[in-house]
Parts: sequence; C-alpha cells; structure tokens
Amino acid sequence: MTARAVEKLPVALAAPRALLWREAVRRFRRHRLAMIGATVLLVLVGAVVAGPLAWRLPVNEIDFTQKLKGPTWGHPLGTDDLGQDLLARVLYGGRISLAVGVAAMLIAISIGTAIGAASGYVGGAVDHTLMRITDLFLSLPQLPLLLLIVYLFRDALRKALGPEGGVFVLVVAVIGGLRWMPVARLVRAQFLSLREKEFVEAARSLGAPPLRQVVRHILPNSMGPVIVAGSLDVAAAIIAESTLSFLGLGFPPDIPTWGRLLFDAKDNLDFAPHWAIFPGTAIFLTVLSINYIGDGLRDALDPRRVLSR
Amino acid sequence: MDERQLRELLEDVRTGGLSRRTFVTTMIGLGLTAPLAARMLTAAGVADAQPRGDPFAPTRRGGGGQLKVLWWQAPTLLNPHFANGTKDEDASRIFYEPLAGFDPDGNVVPILAAEVPTVQNGGLAKDLTWVRWRLKKGVTWHDGRPFTADDVVFNWEYVADPDTAAWTSGSYREISRIDKLDSHTVKVSFNAPQPFWSDAFCGNRGMIIPRHVFGPYKGAKSREAPANLKPVGTGPYRFVDFKPGDVVRAELDPAYHVPNRPFFDALEMKGGGDAASAARAALQTGEYDYAWNMQVEDDILRRLEQAGKGRVNIWATGNPEHIQCNSTDPWKEVDGERSSIKTTHALLSDPAVRQALNLLVDRAAVQEQIYGRQGQTTANFLNAPSRFSSRATRWEFSLERANQILDAAGWRRAADGVRVKDGKRLTMVYQTSINAPRQKTQQIVKQAAAKAGIDLELKSVVASVFFSSDPANADTYPHFYADLQMYNTTMTAPDPQYFMNQFTSWEIASKANKWQGRNITRWRNEEYDRAYRAADSELDPVKRAALFVKMNDLVIQNVVVIPVLWRNGVSASSVRLKGMDLSGWDSTFWRLAFWHKTS
Repeated sequence: MTARAVEKLPVALAAPRALLWREAVRRFRRHRLAMIGATVLLVLVGAVVAGPLAWRLPVNEIDFTQKLKGPTWGHPLGTDDLGQDLLARVLYGGRISLAVGVAAMLIAISIGTAIGAASGYVGGAVDHTLMRITDLFLSLPQLPLLLLIVYLFRDALRKALGPEGGVFVLVVAVIGGLRWMPVARLVRAQFLSLREKEFVEAARSLGAPPLRQVVRHILPNSMGPVIVAGSLDVAAAIIAESTLSFLGLGFPPDIPTWGRLLFDAKDNLDFAPHWAIFPGTAIFLTVLSINYIGDGLRDALDPRRVLSR
Repeated sequence: MDERQLRELLEDVRTGGLSRRTFVTTMIGLGLTAPLAARMLTAAGVADAQPRGDPFAPTRRGGGGQLKVLWWQAPTLLNPHFANGTKDEDASRIFYEPLAGFDPDGNVVPILAAEVPTVQNGGLAKDLTWVRWRLKKGVTWHDGRPFTADDVVFNWEYVADPDTAAWTSGSYREISRIDKLDSHTVKVSFNAPQPFWSDAFCGNRGMIIPRHVFGPYKGAKSREAPANLKPVGTGPYRFVDFKPGDVVRAELDPAYHVPNRPFFDALEMKGGGDAASAARAALQTGEYDYAWNMQVEDDILRRLEQAGKGRVNIWATGNPEHIQCNSTDPWKEVDGERSSIKTTHALLSDPAVRQALNLLVDRAAVQEQIYGRQGQTTANFLNAPSRFSSRATRWEFSLERANQILDAAGWRRAADGVRVKDGKRLTMVYQTSINAPRQKTQQIVKQAAAKAGIDLELKSVVASVFFSSDPANADTYPHFYADLQMYNTTMTAPDPQYFMNQFTSWEIASKANKWQGRNITRWRNEEYDRAYRAADSELDPVKRAALFVKMNDLVIQNVVVIPVLWRNGVSASSVRLKGMDLSGWDSTFWRLAFWHKTS
C-alpha cells in the first residue's frame, strides 16, 4: 500500500484535475453494463420528457369502446379498463415517478452523507449522539409516522403549492427523510477507516483544515458504497411513492404514476397483462439501469480499483 | 323487454327453469311493483309463493364438515350490542339470534319468537303502541341454561342504560316498559305509536344476549365482560376460538332449537385481505365457501366465475351509492371545526352549480362499465322497499344542459377552461374511500365535469379511516372536510324512518356531537323536518309512504345528494353452497342454520 501510494503520488500531483476526470470517464465507458444502463436511462428520461410532446393523446380521455385493448397502432401500449391510452399515461407518470425517485434519493444521500461524515470524522460524543439519532430513526415505525406527517402538513402544503406540487414536496421529503439512515451508517464506517489512512494523515500534516480533509480527501474515497446505496434508493422511492398512493396519501388517484398504474392493473393481471407489464417494465428498467450506472460510477471513481481487461 | 320475452320468462317460471323470486326481482328491476309481478304469475298459472321452505330436508344434524367463510374486514369483538360494523354484526350473528329476522322482501320471520305478532293474533296493538312477543319454548343457551322472557327484558335494560354505551340503543329508545306476562311472553310498550314496531329485538340490532352471563356487566362495566370475546348464545354454532382481527371458530351446537340443523360440523370465519383477493378465494381457487361484500368491478367477477367453482350472489338492498354536496364551507375553520353549520359553501350554495353537477354524473356509464349486475341507475335516494320509492324524479346526463345552466347563472370560462364568477373559481375536492370501482367513478365524473368547466380534484382515503368513527381524524366521512364525497349508505332496516333521519336538522354531524350525527351534508330544511316528524307518528301506511316519497323528492330536487346507483348486495360463494336466502335487510348469517352444501 505504502509503495503504491508513493508511486502514485507524483502522478496525482502532476496531473491536473481535468485529467483525473477524463480518466474517470474513460473507466466508466469501459464498464459495458454501466454504458448500457446509462443509455437505457437516457432513453427513458428522454421519452418521459419529450414523449408527451410527440404523443398527443390525453392521459385521461375515457373511451369505453376501447377498454382493455391490447397494444394496437392507435394505442401502442394498449388501454386500461376506462379506455385510457396507456402510452400517454406511462409517459406522464414517468415524469412524476422519476422526479420523485431522484429527488428523494438526493435528499436521502445528502442527509445521510452529512450525518455520516460528521459522525465518522469528529467521533466521540458527536459520533455517539448522531448514531443514536440514526438508531432512533431506524426504529421509528415508518407507516404511522408517514400518516402523521401527511396529516399534519398536507393541507398547508397543498394550499401553498397546489395539489400536485404540495404532494410532490411532501412525498419526496417523507421518503427522503426516512431513508438516509443506511447511508449515514455506510459513510460513517468508511470515514472511520479512511481517516486513519496515510494519505489523510499526509494531508493533515501538510496543514489541510478539517473541511478540506473531508471534502477533498475522505469523501471522494468513500463515495462507492454511497452511490450504490443511492441508486437503490431511487428504486425504493419509486416503490414507496406507489405505497403512499395506495394508502391514499400520495398523489390524487387520477394521476397515473407508475406505482399507481401497477396498483390499478393488479386485479386484471390474468387477462390484461399489458396494463401491468409496461409500467412494470419501466420501473424495472429504471431501477436496473440506475444500479448498473452506480456500479460503473463506483469503479470509475475509485482510483485504487484496478479494472480487469 | 317486450311482451314476447315476458311470456317466455313466465313460461320458464312455470316449467321450473326460473325461480319465482328471480322473476319478481326482474320485474321490480323493470319498474313494476312486486304485487303486480305476483299477479302476472298467478295469471300465468304459477302457484302462489309457498311459505319459506327449503327443498333440502336433512334427517340429522351435522355431517357437513367445515364451513369456511371469508370477510375481508376482520371482526374485532363479538357482542352484538357493540358491533359498529357489518363485520362485527355478522360475526356475532353466528352465536346470537334475534326474536325475528327480515327476509329479502322485508317480511318479519320468527327465529326466537314462536310467531310473528299481528293485530289478528292479538300480538300487536291496533294503534301500534305495544307489541306482544311469544317466545319459542325449549331454546337453550350454549351453556345449557334455558332462554326465557327474563333474557328479553334484560336486553332492553342493558341497552337502555346509557352507561352501557350500546351501539344499538337507537332501536330501543322508544320503549317505555316491558312486562313479563309469563316465562315465555313479553309485552313491549312504546312511548308513542311505532309504525316500525319490529325495530327492537329484530334483525341485526335485535340479537339477544343471556342475562345470566351479562347481568353483572350492565352499565359502566359493560366493556369488561369476558363474554364480549367469548359469546354464549342460542345460535346454530357455539364458540370455540376467537382471535380479534383475524379469525372466529365455532362448532355445531348439538342442542340447537331447530331440528336436524345446522348442517356443518364446524365454522371458520376468517378476516382480512381485500375484496379482489377474497373474490379469487371463493370463485377461482375455491379455498373458501363464501366471501362477503364483493366490491370489485363486475367484469373481474364474471371472469373469475368462469372457473366454474363459484358463483356470485346478488340480492336487492336499499343502499344508494351517492355523491353528497357539502352545504357548509369545508375550508374555513370556525370554533375548531371545518364544515361548521355557521358557514355556507361558497360554490355549492349556488343551485345552478348543484344542478349542473347532477347533470354531469354519467350514471349509465358507471352502471354498465363498472358495477354491472351489482347495481342499477337511479334518480332516488330512497329506493326500497318499492312502495317508498318516488316515481316523480328522473335523472339525465347532459353536458350541454349543464353548460347552459352554468352559463345562465353567470359562470364564465376563464382562459384555462375553468369557470369563474365574482372571483370564485369553480374548483372542488371530491373524496371517497379507496376501492377500485369508486376511483373509476371519480374519474368518469371528473372528466365530464371538466368538459363543463368544473375542475374536480380527486381525493381517496383508505376505507378503514374513511368509515371510522374516530373524532380525531379529519379524513372520516362524517367530518366531510371536502366539497363533494361519495359512498354507499346502508339501509339497515326495511323501514325508512331511521334511514331518512340523515337529512334532519337535529342530526347534523358536528364537533359538539363528536361527528356522531347522521346528517353529513349539513343540509337544513324545515319542510323536510316537518315531513319526517309527521312520518314518525303516521299510522296509515299509505300516507306514511307518501311522506317518505316527499322527503326523497325534497332531497333530490334540491340536489343535496346525487344518487349514482342503487346498489345490490353482492357476495361470492361456492356453487355447492345452498340455502343462504340472502337478505338486504338483515345479516348475511340470518339463515345460517339453514346453510348447507350439495355434493
């Protein structure tokens, strides 16, 4: 380890920042699954962002003559039991589901990293307090807490931001705010081991202030597990949103998020499988591609990892 | 249906291909009255209805194995006087029985009584101020003690004691005294003439509990009685085991008072899950013999039925699925409550808005596409029994007329298509419980409303919250913290008196009565109150029916509620399960002793 660190040191010193990034991009591009994941995710994001502009059928046009039709040219993903076009609904719902997933993940990671970093770096009483708080959050029964938060703040937020905006903020805050604990623990564990490492000691002895040690030296090296946890959180948030909608605490029932589409489709699974398959596939592809991207990012951002040829 | 089809139907009844009951129900569905249908049958050479009987005549008790029934809401206690939901009433009915039950036509059928009291047999006062019940002899409680008049008297004392806090107390309020004439005869006297004298001691609210078990627990200690969870009754099955919120187990009572009944050796009532999976368990996999309350789209039920293991039972009730318009302002808080009667609704107080909404509910689409066999379109809130249903009302679905009415009332469309008047936007919150058919109905209404420039925001609340009586929860239906809400009001008795009190001014749900009042829309109307009071003491059944029709018409003409469907009772059962004779006026288990299975 010492030998390698010494050997790498001049390179790192000599290399401008841009080169490190180019190296990371190069490593990421060599990760084939990650590239496939990134492509799929880009297609999905592109579709939900631009799709509704190109596919002009309304999401809520009820037409009983078309109910429960399988895929046709008029309705490429078929229709649901009110005759509403599923392609339009999947595209529209994807915007919400993806936005909820990403936003909740960012919240969970930010809180988790901040608490984990503070806890792991400072140690002592701060560590103790923060970890007990983390335990406390982990032991909270999530569902009753969700109900409570929703009852307390729903009407106020709805008034301030409108029915959809208010629920969005609420759902994102609730899901993000209750999923940061595993991230905090992971980050803390990383910090505990990394802060004793030689390169951190070196930075410390060169006079780097604590914030710089954390941000420049320890954090980048501890991002691997965080990225993986974060990518899992996106998936969990999409699912959690559908749970909330199921309980009537999420978006209004006529807003077709992916979770809601699945929930509506479940009773018809045996004779109208297309209804569940398409939103289900969308969730599946999103989660899987984010996981692979997470994998690729971890490999690309970890300078100590040697890629196999 | 034309004449030829009618004649074919009649022929079917005559040759036995179609039951007499089905025919009468069909005719009522077509708008004919039951007596008229009966006359048609007589004219066609079909014999009069026989006294209720069952072709299955067992020669001994038991031998039927286990009966497995599934209630997707689980019972939580087994005392009929505390049963505040159908699940608890039904579970209690396994063990307890009333003096009489109500058959599908609303007739009184004796169970623990020896006969139905009538004026002719001296059991009923001409002025309806008292009723004399003769009790069946030889009935024993499950612990072997005899059932006597003392038990009947005790039930009244138990329920009438305000400290007992019995859910059924409303049915016993009008009783002034009960005299025990002999060990098996009681005379029940009322404060005033009671047109609906069979309210107390009959049906769901009339189950009798034993004096020797509950005697020490009358009043404030009522909730501590161990028998609240371990019932001792007179029913066909006796108690084995109860896990609140999960399962009730019972076994055949070898001393049951009907000879050679019941058929099953044991009974298991399982609770939990949801309606769709319950439907699967009874119709598709055949895991259960009977599943309660199928709130599932009819298309799904039909597909499940094709498995051939189960069938869907449908019977008439008086329950309307309806949309309520809030008379008060749900968004302004006054004295710690919203929807306070000190406010009026900003938008719905305009009759034009209510009339427009009434025209925007496409009842035919809801019925055809969602509920199918499970309901029929209706313009009335009070639909059954048929003599109480109004013929003066009609419903219509017309975007055009709704738009005209709103235009005429001065509601102009803003740039986003939503109508505006005096700075008020026509946007409202429309809530209901979570249940797939209801969410679909919401969407159908929302779409039509949008075309008329009314923006509806949909809200759905999980059923266990929406229908709870928790005064602390703002999402329950009695709070009505929304502009519109939709659900199904159960008509618990074949007499509409209790049912129609939900529009009287003294029943308004409010913080003061912990939202226990039954008037949820908070509508007040003196004419209605007067008609209700008049019906309460009217002895002439024809005049009384006219008063109820008038009450219904007031509610409909003022668009206090928008009836969507007249719902039927719907359940699923094994094709082999027979003898249930399901009634819309009584518990599912009202004929439990006669349930049996064919091989």
